[in-house]
Amino acid sequence: MKVFKIVLGVSLFVLISAFTLTKSEMSGYEIGDKATDFKLKNVDDKMVSLSDYKDVKGYIVIFTCNHCPYAVAYEDRIIALDKKYKKLGYPVLAINPNNPEVQEKDSFELMKVRAKEKGFTFPYLFDEGQKIYPQYGATKTPHVYVLQKTKEGNIVKYIGAIDDNHADEEAVKVKYVENAVDALLKNKEVSVKVTKAIGCSIKA
Amino acid sequence: MKKLMYLASCFCGVFLFGQTPSEPITIYNQEDIKVASYNYEGLEAFLKKKNDTIYVINFWATWCAPCIKELPHFENIGKQYANNKVKVILVSLDFPKKVESNLIPYIKRKQLQSEVIHLDDPDANSWIEKVNEKWSGAIPATIIYKNDSYSFYEQSFTFEELEKEVLIKINE
Repeated sequence: MKVFKIVLGVSLFVLISAFTLTKSEMSGYEIGDKATDFKLKNVDDKMVSLSDYKDVKGYIVIFTCNHCPYAVAYEDRIIALDKKYKKLGYPVLAINPNNPEVQEKDSFELMKVRAKEKGFTFPYLFDEGQKIYPQYGATKTPHVYVLQKTKEGNIVKYIGAIDDNHADEEAVKVKYVENAVDALLKNKEVSVKVTKAIGCSIKA
Repeated sequence: MKKLMYLASCFCGVFLFGQTPSEPITIYNQEDIKVASYNYEGLEAFLKKKNDTIYVINFWATWCAPCIKELPHFENIGKQYANNKVKVILVSLDFPKKVESNLIPYIKRKQLQSEVIHLDDPDANSWIEKVNEKWSGAIPATIIYKNDSYSFYEQSFTFEELEKEVLIKINE
């Protein structure tokens, strides 16, 4: 009986290990990786996927939320990005990755309120069950992924911050996301592919 | 004339570069609470001290809920292990315009005993990797170090978890 228990234990362990995420999955995408599509609920209660967009060249996927002051500081700049680049083929899709049970200000209902208050011009999606952000490897809000649509799929071309000054838009010197999308629009290599910024940890 | 220009340029050089790196860019002073504000260059001096003190450096902000939740543990570690040469430094990433309205009132209300300094360096991409290459930039984040023995954590702590890491450094 004891032997049976040990065997059961060992096989359970092996089984669990087999389903544990590998390191690369846990740390998310790197430049050049193919990004997953998703089907997430928008603030208008409709489901949105990347594949819904037919005539686009790529996407600006931004993990952001209601409560984080860094995310709030960037709201107007995210709207401006969408307005500028949607017509050029790079629409913004915002995703709230936070668990509202941990951060109640990031509930789906309050996302609707915030989207309306700010007049978001882009979908603001809820990562229900928090399944998408770990695949991308987002760790904080805001956290941007610029994807280029290709025959092989949506390829990650830029990961990181929107620009180099969260606190003062007037003092921004380098607009990382704009530079990346501008380069892609000209079929050029993105020069700064990864940047880091301070942000609010994602509330799992 | 040339000599004069040479002297003038020397003077300018001293003026521009003579500042010691750990000098704060501003010192906020309000209700008897002083908070020194540094750019990254100034902060770096706090991250590389060479002595037998164990430094527990926590990156936080008053608006960061998980930071506020774990802050009492850092306070308690500082108090309980003061005799073991443990020094806690709380590095606030509050927005500069919120230092006087949020940070200082918070320090006063919670009667924080640990040293609180403020980091004001908006180009975070230029310094996050210098703090630690593993840091994604999410807060809370913590460094525990003694001389060259250095550990970095991008996570929240319970008191027990924090104490365990500090004890490792004490017993090294």
